[in-house]
Amino acid sequence: MKLDKSNKLKLGLAVAVAVLLGRLFVIQIIDEKYKIDASNNSMVYAMVYPPRGIIDDRNGKILVGNKIAYDLLVTPKEVEEFDTLALSNALGVTEDFIKEKMEGYYRNRRRIGYQSVVMLKQMTPERYMKFAEISYKFPGFRGQARSIREYPYNAGGNLLGYVSEVDADFLERHEGYSAGDYAGKTGIEATCEEYLKGEKGYNIYLRNSHNKIEGRYRDGEMDKEAVPGKDITTTIDADLQHYGQMLMQNKVGSLVAIEPATGEILTLVSSPGIDVDMLADIGSHYNDILANPYKPMFNRAVQSAYPPGSVFKLVNALIGLQEGVITPDTEYPCSMGYHFGKNRLGCHDHRSPLDLEESIMMSCNAYYCYVLRNLLENDRYGSVAEAMDAWNRYVRSFGFGSRLGSDFPSELGGFIPDSKYYDKIYGKGRWKATNVISLSIGQGEIGCTPLHLANLCATVANRGYYFIPHLLKDSEEVTIDSKYKERHYTLVDTSYFPEVVEGMYRAVNSGYASGATATIAAVEGLDICGKTGTAQNPHGDDHSVFICFAPKDNPEIAVAAYVENGSFGARWAAPLASLLVEKYLRGEIGEGRKALEQRMLEGNLLDKVKTD
Amino acid sequence: MERFTGRRLKDTLDWPLIICYLLLVFIGWVNIYASVQSAEPSSIFDFDTRSGKQFIWMITAFALAALILFVINARVYESLSVPIYIATLALLVAVIFLGVEVKGSRSWFEFGPVRFQPAEISKISTSIMLATMMSQYGYKIGNLRNFIVTAAVILIPMVIIVAQSETGSALVYTGFIFMLYREGLSGWLLFMAGVAIVLFILTLTVSPYASVLVLICIATLCNTLYSGKMRRWLTVVLPFVLVLAFLPWGLREIGGMTGAAEDSLLYRVRLEYVLAGLSLCSIPYFALRAYRERNTFKWVSIVSFIAGLVLVFSVDFIFHDVLQDHQRKRIEVLLGLKDDPTGVGYNVNQSMIAIGSGGFLGKGFLKGTQTTYGFVPEQSTDFIFCTIGEEWGFAGSASVILLYAFLILRVIQDAERSREAFTRIYGYCVACCIFMHLFINIGMTIGIMPVIGIPLPFVSYGGSSLWAFTVMLFIFIALVRYERRYFS
Repeated sequence: MKLDKSNKLKLGLAVAVAVLLGRLFVIQIIDEKYKIDASNNSMVYAMVYPPRGIIDDRNGKILVGNKIAYDLLVTPKEVEEFDTLALSNALGVTEDFIKEKMEGYYRNRRRIGYQSVVMLKQMTPERYMKFAEISYKFPGFRGQARSIREYPYNAGGNLLGYVSEVDADFLERHEGYSAGDYAGKTGIEATCEEYLKGEKGYNIYLRNSHNKIEGRYRDGEMDKEAVPGKDITTTIDADLQHYGQMLMQNKVGSLVAIEPATGEILTLVSSPGIDVDMLADIGSHYNDILANPYKPMFNRAVQSAYPPGSVFKLVNALIGLQEGVITPDTEYPCSMGYHFGKNRLGCHDHRSPLDLEESIMMSCNAYYCYVLRNLLENDRYGSVAEAMDAWNRYVRSFGFGSRLGSDFPSELGGFIPDSKYYDKIYGKGRWKATNVISLSIGQGEIGCTPLHLANLCATVANRGYYFIPHLLKDSEEVTIDSKYKERHYTLVDTSYFPEVVEGMYRAVNSGYASGATATIAAVEGLDICGKTGTAQNPHGDDHSVFICFAPKDNPEIAVAAYVENGSFGARWAAPLASLLVEKYLRGEIGEGRKALEQRMLEGNLLDKVKTD
Repeated sequence: MERFTGRRLKDTLDWPLIICYLLLVFIGWVNIYASVQSAEPSSIFDFDTRSGKQFIWMITAFALAALILFVINARVYESLSVPIYIATLALLVAVIFLGVEVKGSRSWFEFGPVRFQPAEISKISTSIMLATMMSQYGYKIGNLRNFIVTAAVILIPMVIIVAQSETGSALVYTGFIFMLYREGLSGWLLFMAGVAIVLFILTLTVSPYASVLVLICIATLCNTLYSGKMRRWLTVVLPFVLVLAFLPWGLREIGGMTGAAEDSLLYRVRLEYVLAGLSLCSIPYFALRAYRERNTFKWVSIVSFIAGLVLVFSVDFIFHDVLQDHQRKRIEVLLGLKDDPTGVGYNVNQSMIAIGSGGFLGKGFLKGTQTTYGFVPEQSTDFIFCTIGEEWGFAGSASVILLYAFLILRVIQDAERSREAFTRIYGYCVACCIFMHLFINIGMTIGIMPVIGIPLPFVSYGGSSLWAFTVMLFIFIALVRYERRYFS
C-alpha cells in the first residue's frame, strides 16, 4: 500500500484510536486506583472504631475501661412509613423527638442524599436490644456499636479527663480525624491521646445501583482492621486517690501526693471535682458542670496560683544556709513579730529566741524576716536588686515560678518576683528589703500551685533533688520521656537539708505542749515530717496549707494539702495530709485517729468559699 | 455528463455507514436512559425524562435524514454554499445578542421548548463552503491567495464562536487542518503544529530550558534528515544535547557541594535565556550557508526555529494572560500541575472513577452506581461516555470507539473513491469534525484532554447536536448516493 496522504491520515486515525483504547485499557483493567478509590461511590466504607486504650493505676487496677454503647443510624432514603409510637417506646424518647428529627432529615434531604445520619447517640445495650427486637419493622434504621468509657473507680475525674466527639475546630487543628470520631479533650485522655486512640479500620461493602448493600468487596480482602489503642499505666494509686477525694469532699482545694524517689504522682485531687459518672456522658452534664459556682472543671492542683504561706520558710531557710547568712545555730528574737520602723510583721506567741530548727518547728515569722533581710542586704551582692535576683535563681531551682514540665496538660507556672518586677512597682532602686519582707514567710508576690508545693516537699524529702512530677509510668506499650528519670538538683547544697528535715520532724513529733505547729499530724511510728502554712487571704478566711513526707528516712510519700479558707494550717490541711500519709503507708487509719478522720470527712467549708 | 445508472436504493445507499450511524444513535439513547435512571425506574419512553425526549429527537433526526436522502437534490448544496455560509455567520453573530445564556456562554437560541446552537450548523455550512471553494478548477492550496481565503473561511466562524465563550466548539475547527493536509497542505505545517503543542506542554510541565533544548534537537534533526547526514548528527549534536540536558542538575550539584548562597549567580542564572541567546548567535552562520546553498528548507527551518523560541518564551504570557481562568485551571489539572479533586478536577476524577470501575465487562445495563447517583456531572450530555464505560466496561467502550473509527474510516474511503472533488473535500470535513469531537470528548472523560464541553456525536443527549451531526453525515451519504446513481 502506497503511503499517500490519505493513508497517512488513516494511520493517524489508527494511532489516535489506539491512544484512546490504550488509556481506557489502563484505567479500566490495569490500574486498580479507580476501583478502590475512597471516592468510588459504589463502595460503602463502614468505619470500624477501635476500642480506646485502657488506663490503669500503678497497681494494675483499671481506672478507665471500655464498654459498648450503640448509636442509632438512619438512612432517610430507605425509611418507609413506620409506627413512630412503637419506635419512640423502644428508644425511650418522645414521639415528637422522632418526628422532629425526620422532618429535619426531610428538609436536608438533598444534602444527606444516600448517607446515614446519627439520630440517637450512646444507647445502652439494654436499650438497644429493645430496639433490635423490633428493628425489622423499621427499615432504614440500624444500630452501630461503639465503645465508650467506663470508670470502675470513682477516682480522678479531673485527672483522667473526658472523651468527646470532635468538633469542627478540633478537626481543623488535628490531622487524621474525621467527623464523628471521639478524642480525649482534657486530662490524661488528652495528653495520652496518641497512645489511647488506636487506628480506625473499615469494611468495604459494595452497593448496587439501587443503593442496596450486595456484600463484601473482594470478601474483605481490602478491609482494614481497627488497631486498638495502647493501654497506659498511670502513677496514680486508685485507692489513695479515692480516699483523697473523700477527704476533700465539701472543701475547696487540692491534695497532691508524690513518691519522692521517682516523682510519680500518687494522688492528685482537686476539689470539688468532676465525678467519673459524668465523664462517660460529658455532653449531657456539661452545662451543669459549667454552672457549678465552685468550677469543678478547674483543676486547682495544677492550675491555681496561691501564695504558699509559711511552708515557704523552708526554702528561705535553705537559701540562708547556702548563702551563709545564717547557720543552724543562729538565733533570732521574736516579740510577737518583727519590727521595722513603725511597722511590724506579726507572729504568734512562742518562746524567744529560737534557732533554725525551732523556727521551723514553731513557724516563727520574725526569724525569716531576719533571714530574708540578711539575704537581701548581703554584702556579696552590690545591691538589694542583685541579691533579689540571686534569691530568685535559688527559688526557681526548686521548680517554683515556672511549669515543672509534668505530663499533665494546662499546668500553671506560678510566679516568683525578681528585681525587675519591684523596679516596675516602686521605681528603679526605690525599694529595699523591708518593702518585700513578706516574701520571707511565703506571702506577697509569690504564686505557686499545690503541685509546686508537693514538689518542694519531695525535694526536701530527697534531701536536695526532685524528679519532675508525672502521671505516666513505663508499661509494656508505652515508654515515658527520659526527662522524668533525671534528678533535678536545687542550687542549695544537699548537706543543708537534714537540718531543715529535723525542724520539720520536730514540728510534727514534739508533743502537744511543745509549741510545735503540726502535732495534730503526728502518727505513732510513721515519723512524719511536716510544715504548716497559713496563707493570708484578703478575701475571707485564710487558706490552710500543709506539706509533709514520711517516713523521715527513705521517704515513700510527700504530700501537699491546700484547703481554701481553712484558716490555720493545723486546722484542716495538716490532718488531711497526715490521714492520706497514714492511709498510704498503713493501708488504714489507726483507732486513735478515727475521730479525726470522721471530723475531716464530715467537715464542710463550702459556705466559707466566696463564689462569683 | 450525468446519466442515470438505474441502480436501486439498496445499491446506492452506503448501508454500512447508515447502520453504523443507527447503532451509535441507539447506543446513545440507551445510555442516556441509564444515566438519568434514578432509584425509581421509569420507562425509556417517558417523555418527562431525557431518554423520552431523546427518542423524539431521534425520530425527527431520522425524518431529516430521509428528507436529505430522498427529497433534496444533492447538487443544491454546492450552489447554495455561499448564502448558507453567510446566513450561518449572521446567526452566529445574532446569537451573541439575542441568545439565552447557558453556563456562561451565549450560543443558544431558544424557541419555546426547543433550543439550538448555530455553532452546530456552522460546522456544516463551513464544510460546504470549503468543499465548494476548494473544488473550484484551478484552486491550489499552495497559492498564497487561495490559502488565505481558505484560512479565513475557517477562522471567521471560529473567532465568532470564541466570542460566544464556546471555545470548545471553536477548537473543533482546528480539525480542518487534516482535510487541508489531504488537499495538498505541506505535511511540515502539520508537523510544526504538533511541535508547537509539544513545546507548549513541555514548557509548562518541565521547564523552558528543556523546551529550548528539544527545539534545537528537532530543528537540527530535521535538517539532518533532509540532507541525510545522520551519522554526523548522532556523533556531534546528540552527545552535546545530552550533556546540556544534565546542566541544570549539574549546576545544582556544584552549588550544593560548594555551599553557594541561596541567591548566588549559580542559582539565579536563567539557563534557557543563555541557551536561546547562544543558539540565536549561531543563526547568521546557518543563514549564510542557506544563502550559499540556495536551500529553502534551511531558510524555513531557521524561521521556524525563531518562531519556536518566541513560542517558548511567550508560553507564560499565553498561559496566564490570554487564557481565561477556568481554561487555565483545566489545563493545569490535566497536566498534573495542580491537584484539585473537588474543583475543576472533580468532573474528571469522578468520570475516571466511573469508567475505571467498569472493569472489562462492566457492571451491566442500569447497574452503574457512579453515574446513577449523579456523581458524574453532565452525565447524559458531555460525559455520556462514563455511563458506557461503567456499565459496559472495556468491551463496551472499546466497541463504541471502534464503531466511530469504522465510521470515520468509511467516510474517508467513500470520500477517496468519489470522483467529485466536492464530495471528497466535504467527506474529509465530516471525518475531521467527527474525529475532533470523538477525541476531545472521550479524551476528556479519561483524562488525556482538558475538560472541553463538546458532545459526543450521535450519542450525547441533545436535539441540536443530534440533528446537526445527522444532517452533516447524511448530506455526505446523499452526495455519495447521487454519484452512485448517476455514475457507474
